[in-house]
Amino acid sequence: MSLRILVGVKRVIDYAVKIRVKPDKSGVITEGVKHSMNPFDEIAIEEAVRMKEKKIAKEIVAFSCGPAQCQETLRTALAMGADRGIHVEVAGPQFDTLQPLHISKMLAQLAKDEQIDLIIVGKQAIDDDCNQTAQMTAALLDWPQATSASKIEAKDGSLQVVREIDGGLETIKVKLPTVVSADLRLNEPRYATLPNIMKAKKKPIKKLTPKDLGVDVSPRIEVVTVEEPPVRLAGAKVENVDMMVEKLKALGHA
Amino acid sequence: MSQQSRALYKTMLHLGKDYPGGYPYFRNKLKNAFMKNSALKDQKEIDSAIARGEFVIKELEALYMLRKYRALKKRYYEE
Repeated sequence: MSLRILVGVKRVIDYAVKIRVKPDKSGVITEGVKHSMNPFDEIAIEEAVRMKEKKIAKEIVAFSCGPAQCQETLRTALAMGADRGIHVEVAGPQFDTLQPLHISKMLAQLAKDEQIDLIIVGKQAIDDDCNQTAQMTAALLDWPQATSASKIEAKDGSLQVVREIDGGLETIKVKLPTVVSADLRLNEPRYATLPNIMKAKKKPIKKLTPKDLGVDVSPRIEVVTVEEPPVRLAGAKVENVDMMVEKLKALGHA
Repeated sequence: MSQQSRALYKTMLHLGKDYPGGYPYFRNKLKNAFMKNSALKDQKEIDSAIARGEFVIKELEALYMLRKYRALKKRYYEE
């Protein structure tokens, strides 16, 4: 097998950062905040790199859509083992209203343009938690999909994928070409150390616009308001059960 | 500072950017650790110091991976 894999990576606010809402409630504060690659996308890249190391894949193309800083995320993907990157630049207010549907359309077009056999993306982004991109991309391409993958095995022209679902684990067989979304337990991603990042600087990053892929990124949604979740009210301690019942009655709950 | 130890220092500095205790704290500790060993002349001692540095790198990578895994598991999966 000699697959060409397309991996979508998203630049998100780092998972360890405390999120703050802007005072005007129009969004979340991103200026000067540490960003990094979406953790599920790291797992996706890692899986692609492992497939290349096992000689199942021959080339890994990393793709990211967003402002100029996405190049850093692509550099991390290249440092982890991707061969080349594609950056579709979308900045400013258009980026704020970018949705999985836009990304899916880009992925679908790239899959056709670059003769891709396998698309791997992270299950969901930790900022919007949509969990839609893989599914929509598969639908647009009319390809089968294997989402929430926790194990992938390549077997003569198809993939055997173990999926993590509510009831437990489900094993399915999908024919190539296919779209897979990576779940937490698929693998442990390698850290992109400085020497690898330096080596990756030689790898090419192609710049495209949404128009090059025939995708219209005009907003389909409007953000009305962004608010923090309600502050947890302080609890009160009581001496015994009777006092508890009294308090509940006083609050109108019993 | 030799080429090897400079490369090690830069690599560790880069790793420090993700350190939970903060980058300034890490950079301080790293600088002190390297300054303490700056007078080493014997190649064997230098080699063992560099090996210790590489060990710390592996430990930090493991720390980061574990922290991230546990945070995501807690956030997205019901215990």
